[in-house]
Amino acid sequence: MSTTITPRKIAVVPAYNEAASVGDVVRKLQAQTPEYDVVVVDDGSTDATAKIAEDAGASALRLPFNLGIGGAVQAGFRYALENGYDYAVQVDGDGQHDPGEIRKLEQAMRDERVDMVCGSRFLTEDHRYPAPVSRRTGIHLFAFLLSRIVGQRVSDPTSGFRLYNRRGVAVFARDYPHDYPEVEAVLMVHWHRLAMCEVPVRMFTRNGGVSSIKGSGKSTYYMIKVLLAVLVGLARSKRAVEPGDEAPVAAASGI
Amino acid sequence: MDAKIQIVATVSAALLIVVLLELVRRRRLLERYALLWLLSAFVLLALSIWRGLLADIADLIGVAYPPNALFLIAFGFVLILLLHFSLAVSRLTDQAKVLAQRLALIEERVGRQEDQESSGTHEGDRARLESSARN
Repeated sequence: MSTTITPRKIAVVPAYNEAASVGDVVRKLQAQTPEYDVVVVDDGSTDATAKIAEDAGASALRLPFNLGIGGAVQAGFRYALENGYDYAVQVDGDGQHDPGEIRKLEQAMRDERVDMVCGSRFLTEDHRYPAPVSRRTGIHLFAFLLSRIVGQRVSDPTSGFRLYNRRGVAVFARDYPHDYPEVEAVLMVHWHRLAMCEVPVRMFTRNGGVSSIKGSGKSTYYMIKVLLAVLVGLARSKRAVEPGDEAPVAAASGI
Repeated sequence: MDAKIQIVATVSAALLIVVLLELVRRRRLLERYALLWLLSAFVLLALSIWRGLLADIADLIGVAYPPNALFLIAFGFVLILLLHFSLAVSRLTDQAKVLAQRLALIEERVGRQEDQESSGTHEGDRARLESSARN
């Protein structure tokens, strides 16, 4: 519940060694969606990512070491929740997401009355997404699997360009997966009985830095790991962690 | 290979897989640490069931009694798992160090800010006292 009349909005920008592009991302956000505050989550970068973000006018969360994309984005969700934001949009720090498309996500959230809107690369007619074959195979495998499980078409389960409302932010601030978190996040939305939809977006090729998932060996490894997480998750009797449940961490019980 | 040892090996490997999956299901074991375990368990299970392959491997590495080859392979996996944990412990040690340093720096910064604030109020008090004394 919000006491303010105009909803408060925030853009969460995870960035790991993105000094080359994060400044532009922040400036573009401020120019195209000025009502959004910007928080850059510096995931243990060894370059000037956080400094550049602050100089561009964003807040910066400096993680003391690299947590991986899941941990970084969750830090952003916690920040959004603790500071009372009503909407949060995730925009990657490498510049592949176009802040100009945030309006499209907002429009879809209003029209479809959903808790999460994903920008999909694969809903346009002329999608060309240059990625290694192993990565594309993974994306399409998860797209197929998730669509079956959640009972609605999920064309781009690894897209990180997503808009969340407060319920979505609250769920993911509490519990967010580690690697390829977007895939499992789609399942969590389903298990928490939240609603989601996709809108077609264009994505740019990366401006600088290196992808969190590089090399086909590594993406195969992540694919197997996420597959394990998805399949074991299906076998959980209590799939969603609600307030009052045991904390979703290994240390919560036993040795 | 003796049927008895085949049964023992198969059942142990299968049991290990069940325990691992159950731990992941209960969120006690992270997928990241379960994968290597699962790989070991599945290879051991496959070799326990598929006696021909085990016999071939035993032949290849010069082990006369195939079940010994199974133990050798299991030992190899144990070594790899131990190395894996040493790597994980090293990473955690490093991260704990960084966390402790960051905590100390933040504590110092907070302390300094509190000092400034409290000395600020003291000056304020003094100013108020002086002004009331003047009146």
